[in-house]
Amino acid sequence: MTARMPDSPDDSTTAAAGTRAPRVVLVTGGSRGIGLGCARRFLDLGDKVAVTYRTKPPDDLAGALAVPCDVTDPATVESAFAEVEKELGTVEVLVANAGVTKDTLLLRMNEQAWHEVLDTDLTGVYRTVRRAVGPMVRAHRGRIVLVSSVVAFLGSPGQVNYGAAKAGLVGLARSLAREVGSRGITVNVVAPGIVDTDMITALGEQRVEQLRSMVPLGRMSTPDEVAGAVAFLASDDAAYVTGAVLPVDGGLAMGM
Amino acid sequence: MSDATFDKFRSCAVEVLQVPEDKVVLEARFGDDLDADSLDLVELVMALEEAFDITVEESELEGIETVGQAYELISAKL
Repeated sequence: MTARMPDSPDDSTTAAAGTRAPRVVLVTGGSRGIGLGCARRFLDLGDKVAVTYRTKPPDDLAGALAVPCDVTDPATVESAFAEVEKELGTVEVLVANAGVTKDTLLLRMNEQAWHEVLDTDLTGVYRTVRRAVGPMVRAHRGRIVLVSSVVAFLGSPGQVNYGAAKAGLVGLARSLAREVGSRGITVNVVAPGIVDTDMITALGEQRVEQLRSMVPLGRMSTPDEVAGAVAFLASDDAAYVTGAVLPVDGGLAMGM
Repeated sequence: MSDATFDKFRSCAVEVLQVPEDKVVLEARFGDDLDADSLDLVELVMALEEAFDITVEESELEGIETVGQAYELISAKL
């Protein structure tokens, strides 16, 4: 059996800077935090952007399509994709960002707290990516970026569930990268550190200060700084990057 | 076998595997003759499921190596 040559980028994707055709970008969990930052970034880049939200739609995201979706419910994942495909077209860039935390020390962590976080943060990504990848395979193009966390590598007391799920995303991404590489589809991971979002402030001031003191760059990141890394992985410049984990953590977990 | 059914099967294979129609014969092997990788076959199964409105379980695909074997599997479900 002869080896099939992997797809190389076609001319339509390598147009001169600034004249690139808009892509259809879907960001899960796009109503706040990192997801909202990513959505804004892609809008600035001129892409057609859709975000999913679970509790309430973003109130400050003009120009994007907001669709309800709970990634723990396969039916809503399907309906969200169907709406995006109908309104904007086939999803070419997927940013799997939706995630939750339910922190407590392992000795107090019941099965429900474990399953709830795994169901959203890991299985939810499986559901989302699984729905997205079919059309990408058929189109012979696509970019998938999974939003993991520094916790996957550094660990964090009280986040056994979250750390396991976020580490699981790396294995998911790398296996999938091997499955779909021959179709020109890349699958990468960003691993943010301490980002100025609701999820971080929920940790309490003392814990945030403690974490900040461990960051070589000495500060939290903005959601937009994470969005920059996500946008890079979705860009033509990253065409040859797949299965990579890009830390965006101010050096917090460097070397891990 | 019904010619219309095989025609439909063959057009799925031609479209998904990007091979000339005359290569899609019963004795053709997906890997050696049609240059199909595992992802191609998954795509083909999905296209066949849609075209014929059937469901194929993963376990049924084990050991399927030729066009003829795949066609037999599909036509048995119609």
